[in-house]
Amino acid sequence: MRDKIVVENLDLFYGDNQALKNISLKMPERSVTALIGPSGCGKSTFIRSLNRMHDLLPNVKILGKIRIDDQDIYNDATDISLLRKRVGMVFQSPNPFPKSIYENVAYGPRIHGETSKAHLDEIVEVSLKGSVLWNEVKDRLHKSAMGLSGGQQQRLCIARLLAVEPEVLLMDEPTSALDPISTMKIEELIGQLKLKYTIVIVTHNMHQASRISDQTAFFLSGELVETDETGVLFTRPADQRTEDYISGRFG
Amino acid sequence: MNPKKMDKLATGVLWIAALMIIGLLVWFLVYILGRGLPYLNLQFLTGPDGVGAQLFNSFYILFLSLLFSLPIGIGAGIYLAEYAPQNKLTDLIRLSVECLASVPSIVFGLFGMIIFVNLLGLGYSILGGAATLALLNLPILVRVTEDSLRSVPSSYREASLALGATMWQTIRKVVLPTALPGIITGITLVAGRALGETAILIFTAGMNVSRYLFDTNPMAAGETLAVHLYAVKANPLPGTNADAIADGTAALLIIMVLVFNLLLALPSRWMQRRLGKDE
Repeated sequence: MRDKIVVENLDLFYGDNQALKNISLKMPERSVTALIGPSGCGKSTFIRSLNRMHDLLPNVKILGKIRIDDQDIYNDATDISLLRKRVGMVFQSPNPFPKSIYENVAYGPRIHGETSKAHLDEIVEVSLKGSVLWNEVKDRLHKSAMGLSGGQQQRLCIARLLAVEPEVLLMDEPTSALDPISTMKIEELIGQLKLKYTIVIVTHNMHQASRISDQTAFFLSGELVETDETGVLFTRPADQRTEDYISGRFG
Repeated sequence: MNPKKMDKLATGVLWIAALMIIGLLVWFLVYILGRGLPYLNLQFLTGPDGVGAQLFNSFYILFLSLLFSLPIGIGAGIYLAEYAPQNKLTDLIRLSVECLASVPSIVFGLFGMIIFVNLLGLGYSILGGAATLALLNLPILVRVTEDSLRSVPSSYREASLALGATMWQTIRKVVLPTALPGIITGITLVAGRALGETAILIFTAGMNVSRYLFDTNPMAAGETLAVHLYAVKANPLPGTNADAIADGTAALLIIMVLVFNLLLALPSRWMQRRLGKDE
Protein backbone atom coordinates (compact mmCIF):
# COMPACT_ATOMS: atom_id res chain seq x y z
CA MET A 1 0.00 0.00 0.00
CA ARG A 2 1.18 3.49 -0.83
CA ASP A 3 2.17 5.72 2.08
CA LYS A 4 -0.21 8.68 2.23
CA ILE A 5 1.50 10.52 5.05
CA VAL A 6 5.22 10.33 5.74
CA VAL A 7 6.65 11.97 8.86
CA GLU A 8 10.41 12.25 9.17
CA ASN A 9 12.37 13.33 12.25
CA LEU A 10 9.62 15.51 13.63
CA ASP A 11 10.49 17.63 16.67
CA LEU A 12 7.89 19.91 18.20
CA PHE A 13 8.47 22.47 20.93
CA TYR A 14 5.98 24.43 23.05
CA GLY A 15 8.31 27.28 23.98
CA ASP A 16 11.30 25.51 25.55
CA ASN A 17 9.38 22.34 26.27
CA GLN A 18 9.94 19.59 23.73
CA ALA A 19 6.66 17.73 23.21
CA LEU A 20 7.66 15.49 20.30
CA LYS A 21 11.10 13.96 19.91
CA ASN A 22 12.37 12.82 16.55
CA ILE A 23 9.20 11.09 15.37
CA SER A 24 9.27 9.18 12.09
CA LEU A 25 6.12 7.40 10.99
CA LYS A 26 4.52 6.31 7.72
CA MET A 27 0.76 6.10 7.40
CA PRO A 28 -0.47 3.98 4.48
CA GLU A 29 -3.33 5.08 2.26
CA ARG A 30 -6.82 3.73 2.99
CA SER A 31 -5.93 2.21 6.30
CA VAL A 32 -6.37 3.06 9.95
CA THR A 33 -3.37 4.08 12.02
CA ALA A 34 -4.03 4.15 15.76
CA LEU A 35 -1.92 6.26 18.10
CA ILE A 36 -1.88 4.97 21.66
CA GLY A 37 -0.06 5.98 24.82
CA PRO A 38 -0.70 7.46 28.25
CA SER A 39 -2.00 11.02 28.74
CA GLY A 40 0.55 13.65 27.87
CA CYS A 41 2.61 11.32 25.68
CA GLY A 42 2.29 13.60 22.65
CA LYS A 43 -0.17 11.61 20.54
CA SER A 44 -2.69 14.48 20.32
CA THR A 45 0.13 16.94 19.67
CA PHE A 46 1.30 14.69 16.88
CA ILE A 47 -2.07 14.35 15.19
CA ARG A 48 -2.65 18.10 15.35
CA SER A 49 0.62 18.71 13.54
CA LEU A 50 -0.73 16.77 10.53
CA ASN A 51 -3.20 19.51 9.58
CA ARG A 52 -1.21 22.37 11.09
CA MET A 53 -3.64 23.10 13.90
CA HIS A 54 -0.63 24.26 15.91
CA ASP A 55 -0.46 27.31 13.66
CA LEU A 56 -3.17 28.79 15.91
CA LEU A 57 -0.85 28.86 18.92
CA PRO A 58 2.09 31.18 19.42
CA ASN A 59 5.48 29.80 20.46
CA VAL A 60 5.22 26.45 18.73
CA LYS A 61 8.34 25.40 16.84
CA ILE A 62 8.33 22.47 14.47
CA LEU A 63 11.41 20.80 12.96
CA GLY A 64 11.54 17.88 10.58
CA LYS A 65 9.31 16.98 7.66
CA ILE A 66 5.71 15.96 7.18
CA ARG A 67 4.81 14.96 3.65
CA ILE A 68 1.33 14.17 2.41
CA ASP A 69 1.33 12.80 -1.12
CA ASP A 70 5.01 13.78 -1.35
CA GLN A 71 4.17 17.39 -0.57
CA ASP A 72 5.87 19.05 2.38
CA ILE A 73 2.96 20.55 4.31
CA TYR A 74 5.17 22.90 6.33
CA ASN A 75 6.50 24.42 3.13
CA ASP A 76 5.84 28.18 2.96
CA ALA A 77 3.91 27.67 -0.26
CA THR A 78 1.32 25.43 1.42
CA ASP A 79 -2.21 26.75 1.24
CA ILE A 80 -3.35 26.03 4.80
CA SER A 81 -7.00 26.31 3.93
CA LEU A 82 -6.59 23.71 1.17
CA LEU A 83 -4.47 21.49 3.42
CA ARG A 84 -7.16 21.43 6.11
CA LYS A 85 -9.79 20.70 3.50
CA ARG A 86 -7.77 17.64 2.43
CA VAL A 87 -6.83 16.66 5.96
CA GLY A 88 -9.93 16.93 8.13
CA MET A 89 -10.25 16.52 11.85
CA VAL A 90 -12.78 15.08 14.29
CA PHE A 91 -12.37 16.31 17.84
CA GLN A 92 -12.56 14.74 21.25
CA SER A 93 -15.93 16.16 22.20
CA PRO A 94 -18.52 16.58 19.47
CA ASN A 95 -18.48 20.22 18.39
CA PRO A 96 -21.33 20.87 15.97
CA PHE A 97 -22.05 24.53 15.29
CA PRO A 98 -25.18 25.96 16.92
CA LYS A 99 -26.90 25.84 13.57
CA SER A 100 -29.30 23.41 11.90
CA ILE A 101 -28.16 19.92 10.94
CA TYR A 102 -28.29 20.93 7.28
CA GLU A 103 -26.28 24.10 7.86
CA ASN A 104 -23.62 22.17 9.77
CA VAL A 105 -22.99 19.85 6.86
CA ALA A 106 -23.32 22.57 4.22
CA TYR A 107 -20.89 24.83 6.10
CA GLY A 108 -17.69 23.37 4.61
CA PRO A 109 -18.83 23.29 0.97
CA ARG A 110 -20.18 26.81 1.36
CA ILE A 111 -16.92 28.28 2.64
CA HIS A 112 -15.14 26.59 -0.24
CA GLY A 113 -17.44 28.36 -2.65
CA GLU A 114 -20.37 26.03 -3.33
CA THR A 115 -23.54 28.06 -3.77
CA SER A 116 -25.90 25.85 -5.76
CA LYS A 117 -28.83 24.79 -3.60
CA ALA A 118 -29.27 21.55 -5.53
CA HIS A 119 -25.59 20.65 -5.12
CA LEU A 120 -25.66 21.47 -1.43
CA ASP A 121 -28.77 19.33 -0.90
CA GLU A 122 -27.00 16.47 -2.58
CA ILE A 123 -23.76 16.94 -0.63
CA VAL A 124 -25.69 17.06 2.64
CA GLU A 125 -27.52 13.85 1.88
CA VAL A 126 -24.45 11.98 0.63
CA SER A 127 -22.37 13.12 3.60
CA LEU A 128 -25.01 12.22 6.18
CA LYS A 129 -25.39 8.82 4.55
CA GLY A 130 -21.61 8.52 4.61
CA SER A 131 -21.60 8.96 8.38
CA VAL A 132 -24.63 6.67 8.79
CA LEU A 133 -26.75 9.44 10.27
CA TRP A 134 -29.12 10.12 7.39
CA ASN A 135 -31.94 7.81 8.46
CA GLU A 136 -32.02 9.31 11.93
CA VAL A 137 -32.11 12.95 10.84
CA LYS A 138 -33.60 13.10 7.35
CA ASP A 139 -36.91 14.40 8.70
CA ARG A 140 -35.35 17.09 10.86
CA LEU A 141 -32.54 18.51 8.74
CA HIS A 142 -33.53 22.06 9.56
CA LYS A 143 -33.68 21.57 13.31
CA SER A 144 -30.79 22.59 15.52
CA ALA A 145 -27.87 20.20 15.73
CA MET A 146 -27.68 20.89 19.45
CA GLY A 147 -30.77 18.72 19.96
CA LEU A 148 -28.96 15.56 18.81
CA SER A 149 -27.46 13.04 21.23
CA GLY A 150 -23.69 13.04 21.78
CA GLY A 151 -23.15 10.10 19.48
CA GLN A 152 -25.32 11.63 16.76
CA GLN A 153 -23.47 14.92 17.14
CA GLN A 154 -20.15 13.16 16.62
CA ARG A 155 -21.46 11.44 13.48
CA LEU A 156 -22.74 14.83 12.33
CA CYS A 157 -19.22 16.22 12.80
CA ILE A 158 -17.92 13.36 10.66
CA ALA A 159 -20.57 14.14 8.02
CA ARG A 160 -19.58 17.81 8.15
CA LEU A 161 -16.04 16.69 7.45
CA LEU A 162 -16.96 14.29 4.62
CA ALA A 163 -18.83 17.15 2.94
CA VAL A 164 -15.55 18.89 2.01
CA GLU A 165 -14.27 15.68 0.39
CA PRO A 166 -11.14 15.18 2.45
CA GLU A 167 -8.51 12.54 1.79
CA VAL A 168 -7.31 12.07 5.34
CA LEU A 169 -9.43 11.91 8.49
CA LEU A 170 -7.71 12.75 11.75
CA MET A 171 -9.65 11.65 14.80
CA ASP A 172 -8.58 12.83 18.23
CA GLU A 173 -10.19 10.42 20.70
CA PRO A 174 -13.52 10.67 18.87
CA THR A 175 -15.39 8.35 21.21
CA SER A 176 -14.02 9.40 24.59
CA ALA A 177 -17.14 11.47 25.37
CA LEU A 178 -19.60 8.84 24.11
CA ASP A 179 -21.52 5.92 25.58
CA PRO A 180 -20.67 2.32 24.54
CA ILE A 181 -23.42 2.03 21.93
CA SER A 182 -22.50 5.32 20.23
CA THR A 183 -18.86 4.24 20.42
CA MET A 184 -19.70 1.00 18.66
CA LYS A 185 -21.48 2.88 15.89
CA ILE A 186 -18.50 5.17 15.35
CA GLU A 187 -16.16 2.20 15.26
CA GLU A 188 -18.30 0.48 12.62
CA LEU A 189 -18.32 3.73 10.70
CA ILE A 190 -14.52 3.93 10.82
CA GLY A 191 -14.41 0.42 9.37
CA GLN A 192 -16.44 1.63 6.37
CA LEU A 193 -14.63 4.94 5.99
CA LYS A 194 -11.20 3.38 5.67
CA LEU A 195 -12.22 1.94 2.31
CA LYS A 196 -12.08 5.47 0.99
CA TYR A 197 -10.02 7.54 3.39
CA THR A 198 -6.71 7.42 5.20
CA ILE A 199 -7.52 7.51 8.90
CA VAL A 200 -5.33 8.43 11.84
CA ILE A 201 -6.97 7.98 15.21
CA VAL A 202 -5.79 8.84 18.70
CA THR A 203 -7.31 6.61 21.32
CA HIS A 204 -6.99 5.94 25.01
CA ASN A 205 -8.75 2.67 24.60
CA MET A 206 -6.42 -0.16 23.63
CA HIS A 207 -9.30 -2.47 22.81
CA GLN A 208 -10.54 0.12 20.40
CA ALA A 209 -7.12 0.39 18.79
CA SER A 210 -6.92 -3.37 18.36
CA ARG A 211 -10.47 -3.57 17.00
CA ILE A 212 -10.32 -0.88 14.37
CA SER A 213 -6.75 -0.20 13.30
CA ASP A 214 -4.39 -1.78 10.80
CA GLN A 215 -1.28 -0.21 12.25
CA THR A 216 -0.62 0.99 15.78
CA ALA A 217 1.99 3.45 17.04
CA PHE A 218 2.85 3.59 20.73
CA PHE A 219 3.90 7.00 22.08
CA LEU A 220 5.56 7.62 25.42
CA SER A 221 6.83 10.96 26.78
CA GLY A 222 7.02 12.52 23.34
CA GLU A 223 8.82 9.60 21.76
CA LEU A 224 7.51 7.06 19.32
CA VAL A 225 8.46 3.82 21.04
CA GLU A 226 7.21 1.31 18.54
CA THR A 227 5.10 0.99 15.40
CA ASP A 228 3.84 -2.21 13.92
CA GLU A 229 0.87 -3.93 12.43
CA THR A 230 -1.80 -3.83 15.08
CA GLY A 231 -2.01 -7.59 15.44
CA VAL A 232 1.73 -7.84 15.94
CA LEU A 233 2.08 -4.89 18.30
CA PHE A 234 -0.59 -6.16 20.65
CA THR A 235 0.60 -9.77 20.72
CA ARG A 236 4.37 -9.62 20.25
CA PRO A 237 5.57 -6.11 21.05
CA ALA A 238 9.28 -5.61 20.46
CA ASP A 239 9.85 -3.09 23.23
CA GLN A 240 9.50 -3.81 26.94
CA ARG A 241 7.75 -0.44 27.52
CA THR A 242 5.09 -1.32 24.95
CA GLU A 243 4.63 -4.68 26.62
CA ASP A 244 4.22 -2.98 30.00
CA TYR A 245 1.71 -0.47 28.67
CA ILE A 246 -0.53 -2.84 26.72
CA SER A 247 -0.59 -5.33 29.57
CA GLY A 248 -1.84 -2.54 31.83
CA ARG A 249 1.19 -2.18 34.06
CA PHE A 250 1.07 1.61 33.75
CA GLY A 251 -0.88 4.35 32.00
CA MET B 1 -26.56 26.15 61.62
CA ASN B 2 -26.83 22.93 59.67
CA PRO B 3 -26.26 22.95 55.90
CA LYS B 4 -29.87 22.22 55.03
CA LYS B 5 -31.22 25.14 57.04
CA MET B 6 -28.48 27.34 55.63
CA ASP B 7 -29.51 26.28 52.12
CA LYS B 8 -33.14 27.21 52.81
CA LEU B 9 -32.09 30.53 54.28
CA ALA B 10 -29.86 31.35 51.31
CA THR B 11 -32.64 30.44 48.87
CA GLY B 12 -35.00 32.70 50.77
CA VAL B 13 -32.61 35.64 50.88
CA LEU B 14 -31.80 35.39 47.16
CA TRP B 15 -35.51 35.13 46.39
CA ILE B 16 -36.19 38.31 48.31
CA ALA B 17 -33.34 40.10 46.55
CA ALA B 18 -34.76 39.13 43.18
CA LEU B 19 -38.28 40.10 44.21
CA MET B 20 -37.02 43.51 45.32
CA ILE B 21 -35.65 44.14 41.83
CA ILE B 22 -39.00 43.31 40.27
CA GLY B 23 -40.79 45.31 42.94
CA LEU B 24 -38.64 48.34 42.26
CA LEU B 25 -39.30 48.15 38.54
CA VAL B 26 -43.04 47.73 39.02
CA TRP B 27 -43.12 50.66 41.43
CA PHE B 28 -41.29 52.85 38.90
CA LEU B 29 -43.52 51.85 36.04
CA VAL B 30 -46.76 52.23 37.96
CA TYR B 31 -45.76 55.60 39.36
CA ILE B 32 -44.41 57.10 36.14
CA LEU B 33 -46.98 55.63 33.79
CA GLY B 34 -49.80 56.32 36.25
CA ARG B 35 -48.89 60.00 36.36
CA GLY B 36 -47.94 60.40 32.70
CA LEU B 37 -50.27 58.20 30.67
CA PRO B 38 -53.35 60.43 31.12
CA TYR B 39 -51.54 63.22 29.24
CA LEU B 40 -50.47 61.10 26.31
CA ASN B 41 -52.48 61.76 23.16
CA LEU B 42 -51.82 63.03 19.68
CA GLN B 43 -52.07 66.61 20.91
CA PHE B 44 -49.22 65.89 23.31
CA LEU B 45 -46.98 65.17 20.33
CA THR B 46 -48.17 67.66 17.72
CA GLY B 47 -49.69 70.49 19.79
CA PRO B 48 -47.99 73.84 20.43
CA ASP B 49 -46.18 72.49 23.50
CA GLY B 50 -45.96 69.05 21.90
CA VAL B 51 -42.90 66.88 22.24
CA GLY B 52 -43.07 65.26 18.79
CA ALA B 53 -39.88 66.97 17.70
CA GLN B 54 -38.09 65.85 20.87
CA LEU B 55 -39.27 62.30 20.35
CA PHE B 56 -37.99 62.40 16.79
CA ASN B 57 -34.67 63.91 17.92
CA SER B 58 -34.19 61.22 20.56
CA PHE B 59 -34.32 58.49 17.94
CA TYR B 60 -32.46 60.49 15.32
CA ILE B 61 -29.56 61.09 17.71
CA LEU B 62 -29.68 57.48 18.89
CA PHE B 63 -29.57 56.28 15.30
CA LEU B 64 -26.66 58.52 14.34
CA SER B 65 -24.69 57.72 17.48
CA LEU B 66 -25.09 53.98 16.83
CA LEU B 67 -24.07 54.57 13.23
CA PHE B 68 -20.82 56.08 14.48
CA SER B 69 -20.14 53.79 17.42
CA LEU B 70 -21.25 50.33 16.23
CA PRO B 71 -18.66 49.80 13.48
CA ILE B 72 -15.79 51.08 15.62
CA GLY B 73 -16.95 49.49 18.88
CA ILE B 74 -17.74 46.09 17.42
CA GLY B 75 -14.67 46.21 15.20
CA ALA B 76 -12.38 46.92 18.15
CA GLY B 77 -14.14 44.24 20.19
CA ILE B 78 -13.57 41.67 17.45
CA TYR B 79 -9.93 42.69 17.20
CA LEU B 80 -9.37 42.37 20.94
CA ALA B 81 -11.16 39.04 21.19
CA GLU B 82 -9.95 37.30 18.06
CA TYR B 83 -6.80 38.87 16.67
CA ALA B 84 -4.98 40.78 19.41
CA PRO B 85 -1.89 39.06 20.77
CA GLN B 86 -1.44 39.04 24.53
CA ASN B 87 1.03 41.88 25.05
CA LYS B 88 1.56 45.27 26.68
CA LEU B 89 -0.09 47.17 23.84
CA THR B 90 -3.35 45.21 23.99
CA ASP B 91 -3.32 45.41 27.78
CA LEU B 92 -3.04 49.17 27.35
CA ILE B 93 -5.95 49.21 24.91
CA ARG B 94 -8.09 47.25 27.38
CA LEU B 95 -7.10 49.56 30.24
CA SER B 96 -7.99 52.59 28.11
CA VAL B 97 -11.36 51.09 27.26
CA GLU B 98 -12.08 50.53 30.94
CA CYS B 99 -11.00 54.06 31.87
CA LEU B 100 -13.17 55.53 29.12
CA ALA B 101 -16.12 53.47 30.34
CA SER B 102 -15.86 55.06 33.78
CA VAL B 103 -15.57 58.69 32.67
CA PRO B 104 -18.60 60.62 33.94
CA SER B 105 -20.90 61.63 31.12
CA ILE B 106 -20.71 65.32 32.02
CA VAL B 107 -16.99 65.19 31.20
CA PHE B 108 -17.80 63.73 27.80
CA GLY B 109 -20.40 66.48 27.41
CA LEU B 110 -17.92 69.27 28.05
CA PHE B 111 -15.31 67.54 25.91
CA GLY B 112 -17.84 67.23 23.09
CA MET B 113 -18.73 70.87 23.45
CA ILE B 114 -15.09 71.92 23.14
CA ILE B 115 -14.28 69.61 20.24
CA PHE B 116 -17.42 69.26 18.15
CA VAL B 117 -19.46 72.34 19.06
CA ASN B 118 -16.66 74.90 19.24
CA LEU B 119 -13.48 73.64 17.61
CA LEU B 120 -15.10 71.92 14.66
CA GLY B 121 -17.77 74.61 14.57
CA LEU B 122 -20.77 72.30 14.51
CA GLY B 123 -22.60 74.44 17.03
CA TYR B 124 -25.35 72.93 19.15
CA SER B 125 -26.41 70.25 16.74
CA ILE B 126 -27.81 66.78 16.38
CA LEU B 127 -24.52 65.78 14.75
CA GLY B 128 -22.43 67.09 17.64
CA GLY B 129 -24.69 65.38 20.16
CA ALA B 130 -24.65 62.08 18.30
CA ALA B 131 -20.85 62.16 17.93
CA THR B 132 -20.36 62.81 21.65
CA LEU B 133 -22.88 60.11 22.58
CA ALA B 134 -20.95 57.73 20.36
CA LEU B 135 -17.85 58.44 22.49
CA LEU B 136 -19.78 57.59 25.64
CA ASN B 137 -21.05 54.31 24.19
CA LEU B 138 -17.91 53.19 22.43
CA PRO B 139 -16.12 51.64 25.42
CA ILE B 140 -19.19 49.68 26.48
CA LEU B 141 -19.66 48.33 22.98
CA VAL B 142 -16.01 47.28 22.79
CA ARG B 143 -16.27 45.56 26.13
CA VAL B 144 -19.56 43.78 25.44
CA THR B 145 -18.43 42.62 22.00
CA GLU B 146 -15.15 41.28 23.33
CA ASP B 147 -16.85 39.46 26.21
CA SER B 148 -19.55 37.96 23.96
CA LEU B 149 -16.99 36.71 21.45
CA ARG B 150 -14.81 35.25 24.19
CA SER B 151 -17.75 33.31 25.55
CA VAL B 152 -18.05 31.44 22.23
CA PRO B 153 -16.44 28.02 22.83
CA SER B 154 -13.08 27.73 21.09
CA SER B 155 -14.18 24.30 19.84
CA TYR B 156 -16.42 26.09 17.31
CA ARG B 157 -13.43 28.00 15.96
CA GLU B 158 -11.32 24.86 15.80
CA ALA B 159 -14.08 23.00 13.96
CA SER B 160 -14.40 25.76 11.41
CA LEU B 161 -10.67 26.24 10.88
CA ALA B 162 -10.16 22.48 10.61
CA LEU B 163 -12.60 22.48 7.69
CA GLY B 164 -10.31 24.89 5.88
CA ALA B 165 -12.18 28.10 6.72
CA THR B 166 -10.13 31.26 7.01
CA MET B 167 -10.04 33.26 10.22
CA TRP B 168 -12.48 35.83 8.84
CA GLN B 169 -14.91 33.21 7.50
CA THR B 170 -14.84 31.61 10.93
CA ILE B 171 -15.55 34.89 12.67
CA ARG B 172 -18.27 35.99 10.29
CA LYS B 173 -20.11 32.70 9.90
CA VAL B 174 -19.65 30.98 13.25
CA VAL B 175 -18.32 33.22 16.00
CA LEU B 176 -20.32 36.40 15.36
CA PRO B 177 -23.70 34.69 14.85
CA THR B 178 -23.16 32.72 18.07
CA ALA B 179 -22.17 35.86 19.97
CA LEU B 180 -24.90 38.03 18.46
CA PRO B 181 -27.47 37.71 21.28
CA GLY B 182 -24.83 38.98 23.72
CA ILE B 183 -23.86 41.83 21.43
CA ILE B 184 -27.52 42.76 20.96
CA THR B 185 -27.96 42.89 24.72
CA GLY B 186 -25.03 45.30 24.76
CA ILE B 187 -26.60 47.45 22.07
CA THR B 188 -29.86 47.56 24.04
CA LEU B 189 -27.95 48.69 27.09
CA VAL B 190 -26.16 51.38 25.15
CA ALA B 191 -29.35 52.50 23.40
CA GLY B 192 -31.20 52.78 26.70
CA ARG B 193 -28.40 54.95 28.05
CA ALA B 194 -28.44 57.09 24.92
CA LEU B 195 -32.20 57.61 25.10
CA GLY B 196 -31.92 58.69 28.72
CA GLU B 197 -28.74 60.75 28.46
CA THR B 198 -28.96 64.43 29.37
CA ALA B 199 -25.62 65.80 30.59
CA ILE B 200 -23.91 65.17 27.29
CA LEU B 201 -26.70 66.43 25.09
CA ILE B 202 -27.38 69.65 26.95
CA PHE B 203 -23.87 70.78 26.02
CA THR B 204 -23.72 69.39 22.51
CA ALA B 205 -27.18 69.06 20.98
CA GLY B 206 -28.64 71.97 22.88
CA MET B 207 -32.04 72.64 24.39
CA ASN B 208 -33.84 73.86 21.29
CA VAL B 209 -35.81 72.11 18.64
CA SER B 210 -36.25 72.90 15.00
CA ARG B 211 -39.39 74.75 14.03
CA TYR B 212 -40.19 71.94 11.61
CA LEU B 213 -41.41 68.60 12.84
CA PHE B 214 -39.19 65.72 11.72
CA ASP B 215 -36.34 67.99 10.67
CA THR B 216 -33.62 65.64 9.48
CA ASN B 217 -30.98 68.35 9.15
CA PRO B 218 -28.17 67.04 11.37
CA MET B 219 -26.83 70.55 11.84
CA ALA B 220 -30.03 71.69 13.56
CA ALA B 221 -30.10 71.87 17.33
CA GLY B 222 -31.83 68.82 18.68
CA GLU B 223 -33.35 68.70 22.14
CA THR B 224 -34.27 65.14 23.08
CA LEU B 225 -37.06 63.84 25.32
CA ALA B 226 -34.75 63.38 28.29
CA VAL B 227 -33.24 66.85 27.91
CA HIS B 228 -36.72 68.28 27.50
CA LEU B 229 -37.78 66.61 30.72
CA TYR B 230 -34.88 68.27 32.50
CA ALA B 231 -35.51 71.62 30.81
CA VAL B 232 -39.20 71.91 31.62
CA LYS B 233 -38.59 71.07 35.25
CA ALA B 234 -35.50 73.25 35.65
CA ASN B 235 -36.83 76.31 33.84
CA PRO B 236 -40.60 76.05 33.55
CA LEU B 237 -41.89 78.43 30.91
CA PRO B 238 -44.56 80.76 32.25
CA GLY B 239 -48.05 79.89 31.08
CA THR B 240 -47.34 76.20 30.55
CA ASN B 241 -48.23 73.30 32.76
CA ALA B 242 -44.66 72.16 33.32
CA ASP B 243 -45.62 69.28 35.62
CA ALA B 244 -48.03 67.86 33.08
CA ILE B 245 -45.48 68.09 30.28
CA ALA B 246 -42.80 66.53 32.48
CA ASP B 247 -45.06 63.66 33.59
CA GLY B 248 -46.17 62.96 30.05
CA THR B 249 -42.62 63.18 28.73
CA ALA B 250 -41.33 60.80 31.39
CA ALA B 251 -44.03 58.26 30.54
CA LEU B 252 -43.34 58.60 26.83
CA LEU B 253 -39.61 58.18 27.38
CA ILE B 254 -40.03 55.04 29.43
CA ILE B 255 -42.43 53.57 26.87
CA MET B 256 -39.96 54.30 24.09
CA VAL B 257 -37.11 52.60 25.96
CA LEU B 258 -39.31 49.55 26.56
CA VAL B 259 -40.42 49.41 22.95
CA PHE B 260 -36.88 49.77 21.69
CA ASN B 261 -35.62 47.02 24.00
CA LEU B 262 -38.38 44.68 22.90
CA LEU B 263 -37.70 45.44 19.25
CA LEU B 264 -34.10 44.32 19.71
CA ALA B 265 -34.65 41.58 22.27
CA LEU B 266 -37.41 39.64 20.54
CA PRO B 267 -35.53 38.81 17.34
CA SER B 268 -32.53 37.96 19.49
CA ARG B 269 -34.59 35.52 21.58
CA TRP B 270 -36.03 34.02 18.47
CA MET B 271 -32.58 33.60 17.00
CA GLN B 272 -31.25 32.01 20.17
CA ARG B 273 -34.04 29.48 20.06
CA ARG B 274 -33.19 28.66 16.49
CA LEU B 275 -29.53 28.22 17.37
CA GLY B 276 -30.11 26.18 20.48
CA LYS B 277 -32.26 23.21 21.28
CA ASP B 278 -35.57 23.52 19.57
CA GLU B 279 -37.52 20.54 20.71
